[in-house]
Amino acid sequence: MSGGALRILQVGPGTTVQDGGRRGYLRYGVTAAGPMDPFALATANLALGRPRDAAVIEVSLSGLEVEAVGCGLTLAICGGAFDIRLGSTRLPSAVVLRLEPGTRLSIRASEIGAWAYVAVAGRIDLPAVLGSLSTHTRSGLGGLAGRGLVAGDSVPVVEADDSAVGLMAIHAPWLAQNAASIRVVLGPQDDYFAPEQIQAFLTQGWTLSSRSDRMAYGLTGVPLVHAKGHDIVSDGIAHGAIQIPGSGLPFVLMADRQPTGGYPKIATIISADLGRMAQLQAGAIVHFEVVPVADAVAARRRIEDGLAAKIALIPLIRTAFPSELLLGLNLISGVVDGQEPG
Amino acid sequence: MGAPVRFLDSGDTALVVEFGAAIDQAVNERVLALDAALSAADIPGVVELTPTFRSLMIHYDPLRIDRAALVARTLELQSQTTVAARALRRWTIPCCYDLPHGEDLAEVASRLNLSPDQVVDLHSKAVFRVYMYGFAPGFAYLGGLPEALAIPRRAQPRPPHPVNAVLMAGGMSLIGTVAMPTGWWVIGRTPERMYAPGRVPEFLVSVGDEIRFDAVDAESFDRLEARAAAGETLARAEAL
Repeated sequence: MSGGALRILQVGPGTTVQDGGRRGYLRYGVTAAGPMDPFALATANLALGRPRDAAVIEVSLSGLEVEAVGCGLTLAICGGAFDIRLGSTRLPSAVVLRLEPGTRLSIRASEIGAWAYVAVAGRIDLPAVLGSLSTHTRSGLGGLAGRGLVAGDSVPVVEADDSAVGLMAIHAPWLAQNAASIRVVLGPQDDYFAPEQIQAFLTQGWTLSSRSDRMAYGLTGVPLVHAKGHDIVSDGIAHGAIQIPGSGLPFVLMADRQPTGGYPKIATIISADLGRMAQLQAGAIVHFEVVPVADAVAARRRIEDGLAAKIALIPLIRTAFPSELLLGLNLISGVVDGQEPG
Repeated sequence: MGAPVRFLDSGDTALVVEFGAAIDQAVNERVLALDAALSAADIPGVVELTPTFRSLMIHYDPLRIDRAALVARTLELQSQTTVAARALRRWTIPCCYDLPHGEDLAEVASRLNLSPDQVVDLHSKAVFRVYMYGFAPGFAYLGGLPEALAIPRRAQPRPPHPVNAVLMAGGMSLIGTVAMPTGWWVIGRTPERMYAPGRVPEFLVSVGDEIRFDAVDAESFDRLEARAAAGETLARAEAL
Protein backbone atom coordinates (compact mmCIF):
# COMPACT_ATOMS: atom_id res chain seq x y z
CA MET A 1 0.00 0.00 0.00
CA SER A 2 1.28 3.43 -0.80
CA GLY A 3 0.05 6.91 -1.44
CA GLY A 4 0.34 9.11 -4.47
CA ALA A 5 -1.78 11.16 -6.76
CA LEU A 6 -3.12 11.52 -10.25
CA ARG A 7 -1.83 14.84 -11.54
CA ILE A 8 -4.00 16.50 -14.15
CA LEU A 9 -1.88 17.56 -17.12
CA GLN A 10 -4.67 18.59 -19.47
CA VAL A 11 -8.40 18.66 -19.06
CA GLY A 12 -11.40 20.37 -20.63
CA PRO A 13 -14.59 21.52 -18.90
CA GLY A 14 -16.93 19.05 -17.24
CA THR A 15 -14.51 16.48 -15.82
CA THR A 16 -15.19 15.88 -12.14
CA VAL A 17 -14.77 13.47 -9.24
CA GLN A 18 -17.94 11.38 -8.79
CA ASP A 19 -18.96 8.49 -6.58
CA GLY A 20 -22.31 6.71 -6.43
CA GLY A 21 -23.99 10.01 -5.53
CA ARG A 22 -25.13 11.95 -2.49
CA ARG A 23 -27.89 10.03 -0.71
CA GLY A 24 -30.32 11.21 1.89
CA TYR A 25 -30.29 14.96 1.28
CA LEU A 26 -32.78 15.40 -1.56
CA ARG A 27 -35.27 16.50 1.12
CA TYR A 28 -32.98 19.45 1.89
CA GLY A 29 -32.73 20.58 -1.72
CA VAL A 30 -29.36 18.90 -2.26
CA THR A 31 -28.76 17.45 -5.72
CA ALA A 32 -27.68 13.80 -5.71
CA ALA A 33 -25.05 14.27 -8.46
CA GLY A 34 -23.16 10.99 -9.00
CA PRO A 35 -22.34 9.38 -12.33
CA MET A 36 -23.98 10.19 -15.65
CA ASP A 37 -23.52 6.50 -16.53
CA PRO A 38 -24.00 4.59 -13.27
CA PHE A 39 -23.20 1.21 -14.81
CA ALA A 40 -19.88 2.38 -16.26
CA LEU A 41 -18.82 3.80 -12.88
CA ALA A 42 -19.79 0.52 -11.21
CA THR A 43 -17.96 -1.54 -13.86
CA ALA A 44 -14.73 0.45 -13.53
CA ASN A 45 -14.73 0.04 -9.75
CA LEU A 46 -15.71 -3.64 -9.78
CA ALA A 47 -13.02 -4.44 -12.37
CA LEU A 48 -10.52 -3.43 -9.67
CA GLY A 49 -12.36 -5.14 -6.83
CA ARG A 50 -13.39 -1.79 -5.40
CA PRO A 51 -16.84 -0.98 -3.91
CA ARG A 52 -19.12 -0.29 -6.86
CA ASP A 53 -19.94 3.26 -5.76
CA ALA A 54 -16.37 4.33 -4.91
CA ALA A 55 -15.15 7.71 -6.15
CA VAL A 56 -13.66 7.88 -9.64
CA ILE A 57 -12.82 10.56 -12.18
CA GLU A 58 -15.64 11.09 -14.67
CA VAL A 59 -14.12 12.29 -17.94
CA SER A 60 -16.23 14.49 -20.22
CA LEU A 61 -16.11 14.70 -24.02
CA SER A 62 -13.35 17.25 -23.69
CA GLY A 63 -10.84 14.62 -22.55
CA LEU A 64 -8.17 14.20 -19.91
CA GLU A 65 -4.42 13.68 -19.65
CA VAL A 66 -2.92 12.52 -16.37
CA GLU A 67 0.26 11.13 -14.86
CA ALA A 68 0.89 9.21 -11.68
CA VAL A 69 2.85 11.04 -9.00
CA GLY A 70 4.48 9.46 -5.96
CA CYS A 71 3.80 5.84 -6.88
CA GLY A 72 2.53 3.69 -9.72
CA LEU A 73 -1.27 3.38 -9.91
CA THR A 74 -3.49 0.63 -11.28
CA LEU A 75 -6.48 2.11 -13.10
CA ALA A 76 -9.62 0.79 -14.74
CA ILE A 77 -11.17 2.88 -17.49
CA CYS A 78 -14.49 2.26 -19.21
CA GLY A 79 -17.65 4.01 -20.35
CA GLY A 80 -17.81 5.56 -23.82
CA ALA A 81 -15.50 4.23 -26.56
CA PHE A 82 -12.79 6.77 -25.76
CA ASP A 83 -9.37 6.84 -27.42
CA ILE A 84 -6.99 5.78 -24.64
CA ARG A 85 -3.23 6.07 -25.00
CA LEU A 86 -0.66 4.99 -22.46
CA GLY A 87 2.44 6.84 -23.61
CA SER A 88 2.33 6.25 -27.36
CA THR A 89 0.43 2.93 -27.17
CA ARG A 90 -3.21 3.02 -28.11
CA LEU A 91 -5.36 0.76 -25.93
CA PRO A 92 -8.87 -0.66 -26.02
CA SER A 93 -11.42 1.71 -24.51
CA ALA A 94 -12.42 -0.56 -21.61
CA VAL A 95 -9.16 -1.47 -19.97
CA VAL A 96 -7.20 -2.10 -16.79
CA LEU A 97 -3.68 -0.68 -16.89
CA ARG A 98 -0.73 0.21 -14.70
CA LEU A 99 0.34 3.83 -14.84
CA GLU A 100 3.91 4.38 -13.67
CA PRO A 101 5.27 7.83 -12.83
CA GLY A 102 6.71 9.50 -15.90
CA THR A 103 4.21 8.01 -18.37
CA ARG A 104 1.39 10.11 -19.76
CA LEU A 105 -2.12 8.63 -19.97
CA SER A 106 -4.46 10.29 -22.42
CA ILE A 107 -8.22 9.70 -22.56
CA ARG A 108 -9.97 11.40 -25.48
CA ALA A 109 -13.49 11.08 -26.84
CA SER A 110 -14.07 9.38 -30.18
CA GLU A 111 -17.31 9.11 -32.14
CA ILE A 112 -19.06 6.88 -29.60
CA GLY A 113 -19.82 7.78 -26.01
CA ALA A 114 -19.74 10.95 -23.95
CA TRP A 115 -18.37 9.92 -20.54
CA ALA A 116 -15.47 7.72 -19.45
CA TYR A 117 -14.74 6.60 -15.88
CA VAL A 118 -11.28 6.26 -14.36
CA ALA A 119 -11.29 4.09 -11.23
CA VAL A 120 -8.23 3.63 -9.06
CA ALA A 121 -6.97 0.53 -7.21
CA GLY A 122 -6.72 2.57 -4.04
CA ARG A 123 -8.93 5.26 -2.63
CA ILE A 124 -9.35 8.82 -3.86
CA ASP A 125 -8.64 10.76 -0.69
CA LEU A 126 -10.87 13.82 -0.73
CA PRO A 127 -13.24 14.95 2.03
CA ALA A 128 -16.79 13.65 1.86
CA VAL A 129 -19.37 16.45 1.89
CA LEU A 130 -22.82 15.37 3.11
CA GLY A 131 -21.62 11.79 2.92
CA SER A 132 -20.32 11.83 -0.65
CA LEU A 133 -17.33 12.78 -2.80
CA SER A 134 -19.56 13.54 -5.79
CA THR A 135 -18.94 16.97 -7.28
CA HIS A 136 -21.93 19.24 -7.82
CA THR A 137 -20.42 22.33 -9.39
CA ARG A 138 -23.59 24.46 -9.31
CA SER A 139 -23.73 24.35 -5.53
CA GLY A 140 -19.96 23.95 -5.07
CA LEU A 141 -20.20 20.64 -3.20
CA GLY A 142 -17.86 17.68 -3.12
CA GLY A 143 -14.98 16.57 -5.32
CA LEU A 144 -11.99 18.85 -5.41
CA ALA A 145 -13.16 22.12 -3.81
CA GLY A 146 -16.63 21.67 -5.32
CA ARG A 147 -15.44 22.33 -8.87
CA GLY A 148 -14.43 20.57 -12.06
CA LEU A 149 -10.82 19.46 -12.46
CA VAL A 150 -8.31 21.86 -14.02
CA ALA A 151 -4.76 21.37 -15.27
CA GLY A 152 -2.32 21.33 -12.37
CA ASP A 153 -4.74 19.69 -9.92
CA SER A 154 -3.64 16.59 -8.06
CA VAL A 155 -6.23 14.02 -7.07
CA PRO A 156 -4.75 12.29 -4.01
CA VAL A 157 -4.83 8.50 -3.85
CA VAL A 158 -4.20 6.51 -0.66
CA GLU A 159 -4.03 2.77 0.00
CA ALA A 160 -2.80 2.33 -3.57
CA ASP A 161 -2.30 -1.26 -4.71
CA ASP A 162 1.44 -1.84 -5.25
CA SER A 163 1.18 -5.05 -7.23
CA ALA A 164 2.11 -4.94 -10.89
CA VAL A 165 -0.66 -5.88 -13.31
CA GLY A 166 -0.57 -6.43 -17.03
CA LEU A 167 -2.90 -4.80 -19.51
CA MET A 168 -6.38 -6.27 -19.49
CA ALA A 169 -9.50 -5.53 -21.50
CA ILE A 170 -12.72 -5.25 -19.46
CA HIS A 171 -15.51 -7.51 -20.68
CA ALA A 172 -18.75 -5.65 -19.91
CA PRO A 173 -21.40 -6.27 -22.59
CA TRP A 174 -23.94 -4.18 -20.64
CA LEU A 175 -21.95 -1.07 -21.57
CA ALA A 176 -22.43 -1.58 -25.32
CA GLN A 177 -23.89 1.41 -27.13
CA ASN A 178 -26.47 0.54 -29.75
CA ALA A 179 -29.07 2.32 -31.79
CA ALA A 180 -32.06 0.76 -30.02
CA SER A 181 -34.82 3.01 -28.70
CA ILE A 182 -34.45 4.47 -25.25
CA ARG A 183 -37.13 2.83 -23.11
CA VAL A 184 -39.41 4.93 -20.91
CA VAL A 185 -42.27 4.53 -18.46
CA LEU A 186 -45.01 7.11 -19.07
CA GLY A 187 -45.57 9.74 -16.39
CA PRO A 188 -45.69 11.02 -13.75
CA GLN A 189 -47.49 13.86 -15.62
CA ASP A 190 -48.45 12.20 -18.91
CA ASP A 191 -52.01 13.36 -18.12
CA TYR A 192 -50.84 16.90 -18.95
CA PHE A 193 -50.69 15.82 -22.62
CA ALA A 194 -53.41 14.74 -25.04
CA PRO A 195 -53.03 11.22 -26.49
CA GLU A 196 -51.88 12.52 -29.88
CA GLN A 197 -49.14 14.54 -28.17
CA ILE A 198 -47.92 11.42 -26.38
CA GLN A 199 -47.92 9.72 -29.79
CA ALA A 200 -45.93 12.64 -31.22
CA PHE A 201 -43.44 12.24 -28.37
CA LEU A 202 -43.06 8.50 -29.08
CA THR A 203 -43.02 8.51 -32.88
CA GLN A 204 -40.62 11.29 -33.75
CA GLY A 205 -36.84 11.10 -33.71
CA TRP A 206 -35.51 13.72 -31.28
CA THR A 207 -32.11 15.27 -31.84
CA LEU A 208 -29.80 15.61 -28.85
CA SER A 209 -28.96 19.30 -28.53
CA SER A 210 -25.53 20.74 -27.81
CA ARG A 211 -27.31 22.46 -24.88
CA SER A 212 -26.69 19.37 -22.79
CA ASP A 213 -24.69 18.93 -19.62
CA ARG A 214 -24.66 16.95 -16.40
CA MET A 215 -27.90 18.61 -15.32
CA ALA A 216 -30.05 17.97 -18.39
CA TYR A 217 -29.92 16.82 -21.99
CA GLY A 218 -31.92 19.06 -24.31
CA LEU A 219 -33.80 17.57 -27.26
CA THR A 220 -34.93 19.33 -30.41
CA GLY A 221 -37.74 18.30 -32.77
CA VAL A 222 -41.37 19.22 -33.31
CA PRO A 223 -42.46 20.90 -30.05
CA LEU A 224 -45.12 19.20 -27.97
CA VAL A 225 -48.27 21.03 -26.85
CA HIS A 226 -49.48 20.89 -23.26
CA ALA A 227 -53.13 20.17 -22.60
CA LYS A 228 -53.20 21.75 -19.11
CA GLY A 229 -50.45 24.38 -19.20
CA HIS A 230 -46.77 23.94 -18.47
CA ASP A 231 -46.66 24.85 -14.79
CA ILE A 232 -47.22 22.36 -12.03
CA VAL A 233 -46.68 22.82 -8.32
CA SER A 234 -43.18 21.41 -7.74
CA ASP A 235 -42.82 17.71 -7.18
CA GLY A 236 -39.94 15.27 -7.08
CA ILE A 237 -37.64 14.63 -10.04
CA ALA A 238 -36.19 11.19 -10.76
CA HIS A 239 -32.99 10.57 -12.75
CA GLY A 240 -34.13 10.29 -16.37
CA ALA A 241 -37.39 12.21 -16.00
CA ILE A 242 -38.30 13.93 -19.29
CA GLN A 243 -39.80 17.33 -18.59
CA ILE A 244 -41.59 19.45 -21.14
CA PRO A 245 -41.22 23.17 -20.37
CA GLY A 246 -43.14 25.97 -22.08
CA SER A 247 -41.11 25.62 -25.30
CA GLY A 248 -42.56 22.13 -25.81
CA LEU A 249 -39.03 20.75 -26.31
CA PRO A 250 -38.03 17.98 -23.90
CA PHE A 251 -35.27 18.10 -21.34
CA VAL A 252 -34.03 14.80 -19.95
CA LEU A 253 -33.02 15.39 -16.32
CA MET A 254 -29.69 13.80 -15.58
CA ALA A 255 -27.29 13.32 -12.67
CA ASP A 256 -27.13 16.99 -11.59
CA ARG A 257 -30.89 17.55 -11.73
CA GLN A 258 -32.54 19.49 -8.93
CA PRO A 259 -34.45 17.26 -6.47
CA THR A 260 -37.77 18.96 -7.32
CA GLY A 261 -39.18 20.95 -10.20
CA GLY A 262 -42.25 22.59 -11.63
CA TYR A 263 -42.65 21.39 -15.23
CA PRO A 264 -44.76 18.40 -16.29
CA LYS A 265 -42.80 15.22 -16.93
CA ILE A 266 -44.28 13.23 -19.78
CA ALA A 267 -42.20 10.10 -19.18
CA THR A 268 -39.14 8.78 -17.36
CA ILE A 269 -36.28 6.79 -18.86
CA ILE A 270 -35.97 3.35 -17.29
CA SER A 271 -32.97 2.89 -15.04
CA ALA A 272 -31.39 0.25 -17.33
CA ASP A 273 -31.17 2.79 -20.18
CA LEU A 274 -29.81 5.79 -18.22
CA GLY A 275 -26.23 4.95 -19.19
CA ARG A 276 -27.05 4.55 -22.89
CA MET A 277 -28.86 7.91 -22.85
CA ALA A 278 -25.96 9.61 -21.06
CA GLN A 279 -23.44 8.26 -23.57
CA LEU A 280 -25.14 9.89 -26.59
CA GLN A 281 -23.38 12.80 -28.24
CA ALA A 282 -24.97 16.02 -29.49
CA GLY A 283 -26.61 15.43 -32.86
CA ALA A 284 -27.63 11.86 -32.03
CA ILE A 285 -31.22 10.91 -32.92
CA VAL A 286 -33.23 9.49 -30.01
CA HIS A 287 -36.41 7.43 -30.25
CA PHE A 288 -38.41 6.65 -27.12
CA GLU A 289 -40.39 3.46 -26.57
CA VAL A 290 -42.87 2.84 -23.74
CA VAL A 291 -42.42 -0.29 -21.63
CA PRO A 292 -44.27 -1.48 -18.52
CA VAL A 293 -42.51 -1.10 -15.17
CA ALA A 294 -42.09 -4.90 -14.98
CA ASP A 295 -40.05 -4.88 -18.22
CA ALA A 296 -37.95 -2.01 -16.92
CA VAL A 297 -37.16 -4.00 -13.78
CA ALA A 298 -36.30 -7.11 -15.84
CA ALA A 299 -33.88 -5.06 -17.97
CA ARG A 300 -32.30 -3.61 -14.86
CA ARG A 301 -31.97 -7.09 -13.36
CA ARG A 302 -30.02 -8.31 -16.41
CA ILE A 303 -27.48 -5.52 -15.92
CA GLU A 304 -27.24 -6.12 -12.18
CA ASP A 305 -26.67 -9.84 -12.79
CA GLY A 306 -23.70 -8.91 -14.99
CA LEU A 307 -22.32 -6.57 -12.34
CA ALA A 308 -22.86 -9.11 -9.55
CA ALA A 309 -20.70 -11.73 -11.26
CA LYS A 310 -16.95 -11.16 -11.22
CA ILE A 311 -16.12 -8.77 -14.08
CA ALA A 312 -14.21 -10.70 -16.75
CA LEU A 313 -10.79 -9.26 -17.57
CA ILE A 314 -9.06 -10.43 -20.76
CA PRO A 315 -5.26 -10.25 -20.63
CA LEU A 316 -3.83 -8.27 -23.54
CA ILE A 317 -0.48 -9.72 -24.49
CA ARG A 318 0.00 -7.52 -27.52
CA THR A 319 1.52 -4.08 -27.38
CA ALA A 320 -0.02 -3.00 -30.69
CA PHE A 321 -3.67 -3.43 -31.55
CA PRO A 322 -5.40 -3.68 -34.90
CA SER A 323 -8.07 -1.06 -35.33
CA GLU A 324 -11.00 -3.44 -34.85
CA LEU A 325 -9.75 -4.19 -31.36
CA LEU A 326 -9.31 -0.59 -30.41
CA LEU A 327 -12.93 0.33 -30.13
CA GLY A 328 -13.22 -1.52 -26.88
CA LEU A 329 -16.94 -1.86 -27.21
CA ASN A 330 -16.48 -3.77 -30.47
CA LEU A 331 -13.96 -5.94 -28.73
CA ILE A 332 -16.36 -6.50 -25.92
CA SER A 333 -19.73 -6.88 -27.51
CA GLY A 334 -19.07 -7.48 -31.19
CA VAL A 335 -16.07 -9.75 -31.28
CA VAL A 336 -16.08 -11.56 -28.01
CA ASP A 337 -19.76 -11.63 -27.23
CA GLY A 338 -22.70 -10.56 -29.35
CA GLN A 339 -25.04 -10.14 -26.41
CA GLU A 340 -26.49 -6.79 -25.62
CA PRO A 341 -28.51 -5.73 -22.65
CA GLY A 342 -32.25 -5.93 -22.97
CA MET B 1 -58.03 11.26 6.03
CA GLY B 2 -58.76 13.54 3.05
CA ALA B 3 -59.02 12.68 -0.65
CA PRO B 4 -57.53 9.41 -1.90
CA VAL B 5 -53.92 9.56 -3.01
CA ARG B 6 -52.68 8.89 -6.54
CA PHE B 7 -49.64 6.70 -7.23
CA LEU B 8 -47.70 7.91 -10.27
CA ASP B 9 -44.65 6.15 -11.67
CA SER B 10 -41.52 8.06 -12.46
CA GLY B 11 -39.66 5.25 -14.18
CA ASP B 12 -38.86 2.01 -12.37
CA THR B 13 -37.05 3.54 -9.38
CA ALA B 14 -39.34 6.33 -8.19
CA LEU B 15 -42.98 6.46 -7.22
CA VAL B 16 -44.89 9.69 -6.64
CA VAL B 17 -47.58 9.65 -3.97
CA GLU B 18 -49.71 12.62 -4.95
CA PHE B 19 -52.04 14.18 -2.40
CA GLY B 20 -53.14 17.21 -4.40
CA ALA B 21 -52.15 19.60 -7.16
CA ALA B 22 -51.98 22.90 -5.25
CA ILE B 23 -50.06 24.53 -2.41
CA ASP B 24 -52.26 23.92 0.59
CA GLN B 25 -51.32 23.43 4.21
CA ALA B 26 -53.70 20.50 4.75
CA VAL B 27 -52.27 18.71 1.70
CA ASN B 28 -48.71 19.42 2.83
CA GLU B 29 -49.50 18.09 6.32
CA ARG B 30 -50.61 14.79 4.78
CA VAL B 31 -47.41 14.63 2.71
CA LEU B 32 -45.26 15.17 5.79
CA ALA B 33 -47.24 12.68 7.86
CA LEU B 34 -46.63 9.94 5.29
CA ASP B 35 -43.00 11.04 4.98
CA ALA B 36 -42.58 10.58 8.75
CA ALA B 37 -44.39 7.23 8.75
CA LEU B 38 -42.35 5.83 5.84
CA SER B 39 -39.11 7.11 7.36
CA ALA B 40 -39.95 5.42 10.66
CA ALA B 41 -40.97 2.17 8.94
CA ASP B 42 -37.50 1.95 7.35
CA ILE B 43 -38.69 -0.40 4.61
CA PRO B 44 -35.90 -2.38 2.91
CA GLY B 45 -35.53 -1.16 -0.67
CA VAL B 46 -36.85 2.33 0.05
CA VAL B 47 -33.82 4.45 -0.76
CA GLU B 48 -34.87 8.03 -0.11
CA LEU B 49 -37.95 10.21 0.26
CA THR B 50 -38.50 13.66 -1.22
CA PRO B 51 -41.44 15.54 0.30
CA THR B 52 -42.78 18.48 -1.72
CA PHE B 53 -45.69 20.90 -1.30
CA ARG B 54 -48.21 18.32 -2.41
CA SER B 55 -46.55 14.97 -3.10
CA LEU B 56 -44.02 12.54 -1.73
CA MET B 57 -41.49 10.98 -4.09
CA ILE B 58 -40.34 7.54 -2.95
CA HIS B 59 -37.01 6.60 -4.51
CA TYR B 60 -36.74 2.81 -4.36
CA ASP B 61 -34.63 -0.10 -5.54
CA PRO B 62 -36.99 -2.25 -7.64
CA LEU B 63 -34.74 -5.29 -7.16
CA ARG B 64 -35.30 -5.11 -3.40
CA ILE B 65 -38.97 -4.16 -3.24
CA ASP B 66 -41.45 -4.50 -6.02
CA ARG B 67 -43.81 -1.74 -6.97
CA ALA B 68 -46.99 -3.55 -5.88
CA ALA B 69 -45.54 -4.33 -2.46
CA LEU B 70 -44.37 -0.73 -2.07
CA VAL B 71 -47.82 0.63 -2.96
CA ALA B 72 -49.52 -1.80 -0.57
CA ARG B 73 -47.18 -0.94 2.30
CA THR B 74 -47.56 2.79 1.64
CA LEU B 75 -51.36 2.58 1.62
CA GLU B 76 -51.29 0.61 4.85
CA LEU B 77 -49.06 3.18 6.54
CA GLN B 78 -51.10 6.03 5.15
CA SER B 79 -54.34 4.63 6.57
CA GLN B 80 -52.74 4.46 10.02
CA THR B 81 -51.15 7.88 9.90
CA THR B 82 -52.44 10.81 11.83
CA VAL B 83 -51.46 14.23 10.61
CA ALA B 84 -50.49 15.69 13.98
CA ALA B 85 -48.06 12.93 14.87
CA ARG B 86 -44.90 14.91 14.25
CA ALA B 87 -42.78 16.89 16.69
CA LEU B 88 -42.79 20.45 15.42
CA ARG B 89 -40.81 23.48 16.42
CA ARG B 90 -41.23 27.21 16.02
CA TRP B 91 -38.02 29.00 15.23
CA THR B 92 -37.20 32.64 15.83
CA ILE B 93 -34.55 33.62 13.33
CA PRO B 94 -32.83 37.03 13.15
CA CYS B 95 -33.25 38.92 9.89
CA CYS B 96 -31.83 42.28 8.86
CA TYR B 97 -34.11 44.14 6.44
CA ASP B 98 -31.90 47.27 6.36
CA LEU B 99 -29.39 48.12 3.68
CA PRO B 100 -27.05 46.71 2.54
CA HIS B 101 -29.01 43.48 3.17
CA GLY B 102 -32.57 44.31 2.11
CA GLU B 103 -31.39 45.12 -1.40
CA ASP B 104 -34.80 45.06 -3.09
CA LEU B 105 -36.92 46.22 -0.15
CA ALA B 106 -37.54 49.75 -1.48
CA GLU B 107 -38.64 48.50 -4.88
CA VAL B 108 -40.82 45.78 -3.36
CA ALA B 109 -42.52 48.34 -1.10
CA SER B 110 -43.16 50.67 -4.01
CA ARG B 111 -44.63 47.87 -6.14
CA LEU B 112 -46.91 46.82 -3.26
CA ASN B 113 -47.95 50.42 -2.49
CA LEU B 114 -46.59 50.05 1.02
CA SER B 115 -43.81 51.77 2.92
CA PRO B 116 -40.61 49.75 3.51
CA ASP B 117 -41.45 49.81 7.24
CA GLN B 118 -44.88 48.29 6.54
CA VAL B 119 -43.30 45.50 4.51
CA VAL B 120 -40.86 44.76 7.33
CA ASP B 121 -43.62 44.90 9.90
CA LEU B 122 -45.83 42.46 7.97
CA HIS B 123 -42.97 40.07 7.18
CA SER B 124 -41.52 40.00 10.69
CA LYS B 125 -44.92 39.48 12.34
CA ALA B 126 -45.94 36.61 10.06
CA VAL B 127 -45.62 33.01 11.19
CA PHE B 128 -44.19 31.03 8.31
CA ARG B 129 -44.26 27.29 7.80
CA VAL B 130 -41.53 25.35 6.01
CA TYR B 131 -43.40 23.62 3.18
CA MET B 132 -40.41 22.06 1.49
CA TYR B 133 -36.79 22.39 0.56
CA GLY B 134 -35.89 22.62 -3.10
CA PHE B 135 -33.87 24.26 -5.85
CA ALA B 136 -30.50 24.25 -4.04
CA PRO B 137 -29.07 23.00 -0.73
CA GLY B 138 -31.00 24.44 2.20
CA PHE B 139 -33.44 26.57 0.17
CA ALA B 140 -36.48 26.53 2.47
CA TYR B 141 -39.83 27.46 0.93
CA LEU B 142 -41.99 29.27 3.48
CA GLY B 143 -45.78 29.45 3.34
CA GLY B 144 -47.74 31.95 5.39
CA LEU B 145 -46.81 35.19 3.64
CA PRO B 146 -49.47 37.86 4.32
CA GLU B 147 -51.55 38.57 1.22
CA ALA B 148 -50.51 42.22 1.26
CA LEU B 149 -46.98 41.00 0.45
CA ALA B 150 -47.96 38.84 -2.53
CA ILE B 151 -45.68 40.05 -5.31
CA PRO B 152 -45.06 38.27 -8.61
CA ARG B 153 -41.60 37.10 -9.60
CA ARG B 154 -39.38 39.47 -11.51
CA ALA B 155 -39.72 39.38 -15.30
CA GLN B 156 -35.94 38.86 -15.53
CA PRO B 157 -33.69 37.20 -12.95
CA ARG B 158 -31.56 39.53 -10.84
CA PRO B 159 -27.83 38.95 -10.23
CA PRO B 160 -26.96 36.40 -7.52
CA HIS B 161 -28.39 37.13 -4.09
CA PRO B 162 -26.05 36.82 -1.11
CA VAL B 163 -25.83 33.69 1.00
CA ASN B 164 -28.75 33.42 3.47
CA ALA B 165 -30.86 36.05 1.69
CA VAL B 166 -34.50 36.26 2.74
CA LEU B 167 -36.57 36.44 -0.42
CA MET B 168 -40.20 36.87 -1.46
CA ALA B 169 -42.21 36.15 -4.62
CA GLY B 170 -45.29 34.31 -5.80
CA GLY B 171 -47.02 34.41 -2.43
CA MET B 172 -44.15 32.76 -0.58
CA SER B 173 -40.98 33.62 1.26
CA LEU B 174 -37.72 31.73 0.88
CA ILE B 175 -34.35 31.56 2.57
CA GLY B 176 -31.64 31.28 -0.10
CA THR B 177 -28.64 29.60 1.49
CA VAL B 178 -26.40 29.55 -1.60
CA ALA B 179 -25.76 32.59 -3.81
CA MET B 180 -27.84 32.15 -6.98
CA PRO B 181 -29.34 34.37 -9.68
CA THR B 182 -33.03 34.62 -8.87
CA GLY B 183 -36.40 35.85 -10.06
CA TRP B 184 -37.33 36.49 -6.42
CA TRP B 185 -36.92 39.75 -4.45
CA VAL B 186 -34.27 40.15 -1.74
CA ILE B 187 -35.92 41.83 1.25
CA GLY B 188 -33.44 40.90 3.96
CA ARG B 189 -30.77 38.55 5.12
CA THR B 190 -30.28 36.33 8.13
CA PRO B 191 -26.92 36.05 9.92
CA GLU B 192 -27.93 32.49 10.91
CA ARG B 193 -26.31 29.60 9.06
CA MET B 194 -29.40 27.76 7.91
CA TYR B 195 -27.12 25.24 6.23
CA ALA B 196 -23.63 24.43 7.46
CA PRO B 197 -21.83 21.37 6.10
CA GLY B 198 -20.16 19.45 8.91
CA ARG B 199 -22.42 20.88 11.64
CA VAL B 200 -24.90 18.61 13.40
CA PRO B 201 -27.56 19.10 12.18
CA GLU B 202 -26.39 20.32 8.79
CA PHE B 203 -29.81 21.83 8.04
CA LEU B 204 -31.23 23.80 10.93
CA VAL B 205 -34.97 23.57 10.33
CA SER B 206 -37.15 20.65 9.30
CA VAL B 207 -40.00 20.62 6.84
CA GLY B 208 -43.19 21.33 8.79
CA ASP B 209 -41.44 23.60 11.32
CA GLU B 210 -42.63 27.19 11.82
CA ILE B 211 -40.42 30.24 11.44
CA ARG B 212 -40.75 33.83 12.64
CA PHE B 213 -38.21 36.49 11.68
CA ASP B 214 -36.85 38.83 14.33
CA ALA B 215 -35.88 42.17 12.75
CA VAL B 216 -32.35 43.29 13.65
CA ASP B 217 -30.39 46.35 12.48
CA ALA B 218 -27.28 46.21 10.30
CA GLU B 219 -24.92 46.70 13.23
CA SER B 220 -26.49 43.79 15.13
CA PHE B 221 -26.35 41.74 11.94
CA ASP B 222 -22.57 42.08 11.77
CA ARG B 223 -22.19 41.10 15.43
CA LEU B 224 -24.54 38.13 15.05
CA GLU B 225 -22.88 37.00 11.84
CA ALA B 226 -19.51 36.90 13.60
CA ARG B 227 -21.03 34.80 16.39
CA ALA B 228 -22.61 32.42 13.86
CA ALA B 229 -19.28 32.11 12.06
CA ALA B 230 -17.73 31.11 15.40
CA GLY B 231 -20.19 28.21 15.61
CA GLU B 232 -23.03 29.64 17.67
CA THR B 233 -26.63 28.87 16.75
CA LEU B 234 -28.52 32.17 16.80
CA ALA B 235 -31.99 30.86 16.11
CA ARG B 236 -34.15 29.85 19.04
CA ALA B 237 -36.55 26.92 18.82
CA GLU B 238 -39.60 26.20 20.96
CA ALA B 239 -41.64 23.03 20.77
CA LEU B 240 -45.17 23.46 19.42
